[in-house]
Amino acid sequence: MDWVRQLGRWALENMQRWGRSGLFLLSTLAASVLVLRRFELVVQQVFAVGVLTLIIILVSGLFVGMVLGLQGYYTLVDFGAESSLGLVVALSLTRELGPVLTALLFAGRAGSALTAEIGLMKATDQLAAMEMMAVDPVRRVIAPRFLAGFVSMPLLAALFTAVGVWGGNLVGVGLLGVDSGVYWSAMRDGVDVYEDVLNGVIKSLVFGFMVTWIAVFEGYDAVPTSEGVSRATTRTVVNASLVVLALDFILTSLMFE
Amino acid sequence: MQKRVIELWVGAFVLAGVAALGVLAFKVGNLSGADVKDGFKVTAHFHNIGGLTVKAPVSMAGVRVGRVSNIFIDRDDYTAVVEMTLDPKYDNLPTDTSASILTQGLLGAQYVGLEPGGEDRYLKDGDRLDITQSALVLEQLIGQLLFSKAGGEDK
Repeated sequence: MDWVRQLGRWALENMQRWGRSGLFLLSTLAASVLVLRRFELVVQQVFAVGVLTLIIILVSGLFVGMVLGLQGYYTLVDFGAESSLGLVVALSLTRELGPVLTALLFAGRAGSALTAEIGLMKATDQLAAMEMMAVDPVRRVIAPRFLAGFVSMPLLAALFTAVGVWGGNLVGVGLLGVDSGVYWSAMRDGVDVYEDVLNGVIKSLVFGFMVTWIAVFEGYDAVPTSEGVSRATTRTVVNASLVVLALDFILTSLMFE
Repeated sequence: MQKRVIELWVGAFVLAGVAALGVLAFKVGNLSGADVKDGFKVTAHFHNIGGLTVKAPVSMAGVRVGRVSNIFIDRDDYTAVVEMTLDPKYDNLPTDTSASILTQGLLGAQYVGLEPGGEDRYLKDGDRLDITQSALVLEQLIGQLLFSKAGGEDK
């Protein structure tokens, strides 16, 4: 009988968390509109969330593009189709790898930092102190970080994709001897701006929204102890990664018929 | 001072991101006018279009002159109608220009090849190309080959 009760408690707790995260999102969105008037707060967070993530995104994008160039070339050359290398690299980057890998790296680099920062603010009673001074912590702390994450993600994904395409060009044209003109023209023939590029941007917007939401909520909802903050940080990375991968499947099946 | 540096970095980051989007749209994608949007349309009827798809290139003497903009079935004679949008600067194609469905390379994508005729009058918007050659379908070719072989042995 006892395990039934425990199951029930587990279910109730989870439902409560879902409800809290939904209400939290609503108040964050409402505060995000207001925080636009204090734009310098958002700018500071774009620096912390976006600019500091830039290095890992650029380096990863370059290597992913180079690996795609190598693997694509070795597979395509068997069919005498190495002229499509540019198309293979560009399509896999714009449609899937750009948004998804950027979101995963973003969750690991920026999401965990957001959760840890907000969780620690809560654990050291900084959020409570703000409320004492009649400063709304959602508006002062959460909303700028949320907005910054939402804005940074598509920019980072676009940079990842662009650098990746260049990396594929570096390997394919520079190392393996695919003709440069063929590389770029196959790409332009096959990549559609709306079908591929725009859908990739939509994906990265959705991922940015979800990852940042999870990150700020986990921080805000963390148990205010050092153990609680560490658990919340882990949960952010794990949950955000799972959500990104699952959503990617759903979005792909809706977008590309 | 510190604040100025942060703002500078953020500005550079946003600029770089937007520039990357621009590169994706113009250099990787085909937004830069290579797409013929306001060209003139001609149609051609084929018995079989093989694997031709919308947006496949239309080329003449190896030079791209347009794109396939629509493919549908004629309700009356059940042939495939391929609607092509041609670049308006090629407005001097003779009316007896022929269209055939060809393949790029051995396994490549299919495209429409135009072969100019000798008429004095030129194609204009809404015209129909009468001389067409359908796509080669491998199974039909093999079938014909086997058929002619079998016929030859009988004699």
